[in-house]
Amino acid sequence: MTDKTAGGDVRLTGISKHYGSFTAVHPLDLTIPQGSFFALLGASGCGKTTTLRMIAGLEEPSTGTVRLGEQEVTHLPPYKRPVNTVFQSYALFPHMDIFENIAFGLRRRGIKSVKKQVDEMIELVQLGEHARKKPHQLSGGQQQRVAVARALINHPQVLLLDEPLGALDLKLRRQMQLELKRIQTEVGITFVHVTHDQEEAMTMADTVAVMNGGRVEQLGAPADLYENPRTTFVANFLGTSNLIEAAVESAGDQVVVSAAGTTLRLPGARCSTTPRTGGKLLVGVRPEKLSLVPADEEHTIAAGRNKVTGRITASSFIGVSTQFVVDSPVCAELEVYVQNIERDARLTPGTEVVLHWNPEHTFGLDAAQDIDAGTETVEEGA
Amino acid sequence: MSAPLGWLRRHLVVIAGLATLAYLTLPNVVVTVFSFNNPTGRFNYAWQEFSLEAWKDPCGVADMCGSLSLSLQIALWSTIGATVLGTMIAFALVRYRFRARGAVNSLIFLPMAMPEIVMAASLLALFLNMGIELGFWTILIAHVMFCLSFVVAAVKARVLSMDPRLEEAARDLYAGPVQTFLRVTLPIAAPGIAAGALLSFALSFDDFIITNFNSGNTVTFPMFVWGSAQRGTPVQINVIGTAMFVIAVLVVLAGQVVSSRRQKQKH
Amino acid sequence: MTATAAPPAPAPEAEPPVHKPSVRKRLVPYWLLLPGILWLLVFFVLPMAYQASTSVQTGSLEEGFQVTWHFQTYWDAFTEYYPQFLRSLLYAGTATVLCLLLGYPLAYLIAFRAGRWRNLLLILVIAPFFTSFLIRTLAWKTILADSGPVVEALNTLHVLDVTSWLGMTEGERVLATPLAVVCGLTYNFLPFMILPLYTSLERIDTRLHEAAGDLYATPATTFRKVTFPLSMPGVVSGTLLTFIPASGDYVNAELLGSTDTRMIGNVIQSQYLRILDYPTAAALSFILMAIVLIMVTIYIRRAGTEDLV
Repeated sequence: MTDKTAGGDVRLTGISKHYGSFTAVHPLDLTIPQGSFFALLGASGCGKTTTLRMIAGLEEPSTGTVRLGEQEVTHLPPYKRPVNTVFQSYALFPHMDIFENIAFGLRRRGIKSVKKQVDEMIELVQLGEHARKKPHQLSGGQQQRVAVARALINHPQVLLLDEPLGALDLKLRRQMQLELKRIQTEVGITFVHVTHDQEEAMTMADTVAVMNGGRVEQLGAPADLYENPRTTFVANFLGTSNLIEAAVESAGDQVVVSAAGTTLRLPGARCSTTPRTGGKLLVGVRPEKLSLVPADEEHTIAAGRNKVTGRITASSFIGVSTQFVVDSPVCAELEVYVQNIERDARLTPGTEVVLHWNPEHTFGLDAAQDIDAGTETVEEGA
Repeated sequence: MSAPLGWLRRHLVVIAGLATLAYLTLPNVVVTVFSFNNPTGRFNYAWQEFSLEAWKDPCGVADMCGSLSLSLQIALWSTIGATVLGTMIAFALVRYRFRARGAVNSLIFLPMAMPEIVMAASLLALFLNMGIELGFWTILIAHVMFCLSFVVAAVKARVLSMDPRLEEAARDLYAGPVQTFLRVTLPIAAPGIAAGALLSFALSFDDFIITNFNSGNTVTFPMFVWGSAQRGTPVQINVIGTAMFVIAVLVVLAGQVVSSRRQKQKH
Repeated sequence: MTATAAPPAPAPEAEPPVHKPSVRKRLVPYWLLLPGILWLLVFFVLPMAYQASTSVQTGSLEEGFQVTWHFQTYWDAFTEYYPQFLRSLLYAGTATVLCLLLGYPLAYLIAFRAGRWRNLLLILVIAPFFTSFLIRTLAWKTILADSGPVVEALNTLHVLDVTSWLGMTEGERVLATPLAVVCGLTYNFLPFMILPLYTSLERIDTRLHEAAGDLYATPATTFRKVTFPLSMPGVVSGTLLTFIPASGDYVNAELLGSTDTRMIGNVIQSQYLRILDYPTAAALSFILMAIVLIMVTIYIRRAGTEDLV
């Protein structure tokens, strides 16, 4: 019953959800290509889980339609949709053993001989010796695998994952990320993954939709989102960005801006808004793109690079790299990540330095936005 | 010198607690011991001599076993009634948002916050005014009424602590509303429902005040004991009391043993 | 009776929400509530109304009773029986305090010190319920019998001198005195105090005790500042579960007391079932209900525990 409509994308058209006067999801159009690993990323309360639940049928949209391939499922109850969910904290049935949990979906669809399929599934998730245990007797990671097996055994057209790794510790989370990715590649089912963890979204998904306040802020491949954020929220929520408020001196293929007397350049193509001479622009650059030299070695910097002077206020050594905070006239707290290839012992707090980077690595954002959007929420989620 | 004092201070709670426990269990001991008494007069309050007479013939007192069986029947039916109605209310209260929730909550709470005699008297006022004959049915009606609130409280607590995602998971895994209820909701809510049912049974079986007002000439077991406190207390009352106690303790202990065995097997 | 429980249609909203939950779905909670609530309305609320009307009737059993709005009955009933009201509140209050004092150590013991004996102790607390409470109350007649070992012991220890100075006993007897009634009430409602106390104590994280000790609190201070405040919900519901039924009880006063220990429950019972003066009986039970509800409301307000049950 599931293969008939295979070859279908998930298409959300104008779906929204209101609870009384509160709007959890603003009208939203989204197409999730068949076979892709799609992540909905955002802080808690951004509408990502509500969106997922509307696909699952657990929430009825206030407006709009949900389609799976050619079939419209907007008003189908969850038990009539070829879609299964891995729930947050798993929702394994506490009164059934692992075997019965995994067999649940098959039995409800009236399949008589489930033993072979269930045993295979239990083997696939490597829980062979635990088949007759109750969920509370398993570890978090094992419970997580049961939850995945319980959903996958039904060969759903789409597998929905609601913060599936949220309850696991860091190491196990990394391991399960790879595991889930492997399973997805193997079975080729569309995965829609909801998470607040930007690293998790970027490692696993082909496409990430960043949600904020019930809207999709930006959608794209992880690398594209990271390199070309189009809003301050995305720039700050995905990784860290140094954002500098600057005045546009000349626009065109090469945009020239100035901030606190410092002239910076960036490609016009990397601006999410059309810069106008005399207008304002937020200039952004990722901390790892920056290089750092003591002030007296400014002459060693190649011509044509963006340069900013400043003083180191803090440094922290974290193994693969050292993170510096630099106070400069253009921005009070510029973050710089320097790889620990050859450590320069002179770079200590208090040292006057020059930061420089390739203008190609600079992006421009609309200055009308809140420059700090997305920064606090990262800390909350972490 | 201070060693015994220190010991006393450290174990004060234990000593006080065990003293309370003794206070609590003493009457049961007396009931048991006096079930082997052979009293001289009509009342079984003073020890005379050891006898097994009452145990050999527990139903030897006129009407006593009849009243016992009536009490069991009433307890059974009122448990069923109160459990079904109370469970439905509990689910409505926990799972749905609707108007008049506050009013419904107060209506459930009031019978528990009222001296039993007030309810007993007012029910009698109703039955008298309506000209309804007192007896089995009026007792049953009254028992369902006052057990209902306790069932609601017990089931509500259980359903509240239940993860709503479990039912969503069932629906997501192709279980329709009926299947979801039967295979997931009901089994998980079962301990709460069972607790409510047990409480109902105990409350109904042992109820005296409301029954006293609304029974007419029908005699339940507590009514029989009450009457015999005036006319004379046969030893068989103690036999029944002891037997009930022993049976109930055995059932509880058996339940404990079974559940702890089951726990061990799994590991 | 066709679906009268349907809620009025909600006010039309400005925006056109395309999908709305069906009417059938919205009616589900009302169908679930209907039978049980109907039962309570007919057999709990309606009787109250009948009793209210009975309380303002006059007449006699032979000629029948008519509603004459005779509120005088309330005043007459109260002035005639206020000693029994006072006695009921006094006995119930004393029993409640005793239950708290006796029950707290046991609840504490089960919650924190019992270890593997916990389940056994809990069963022992509940076990008395398994025997009819009337039979157990009658057992106190044996325990407190004149010249029995308990009374002899109390006499030798001069406890009876103290209680008789307090007006709780007379001479060398315990049976048929206020002490016997309070003792019976305390005994009967003790489990209703212990169980809620235990439930709220058991929820307390024992690490809080360690934290308090770590922060220089002596065991006594820890109890006063940490354990007891955290067990307040149990104290409140325990005292209510004890006081409310004790205030309306007449079994203990009847079986263990004398005519001098009659409580208001005894009066209501005999007015309804023996004297058949229904208006007075109805008025008395309304007064009792009002007193209890007022006291409970004030108590809950002051204790500051809003969410009981």
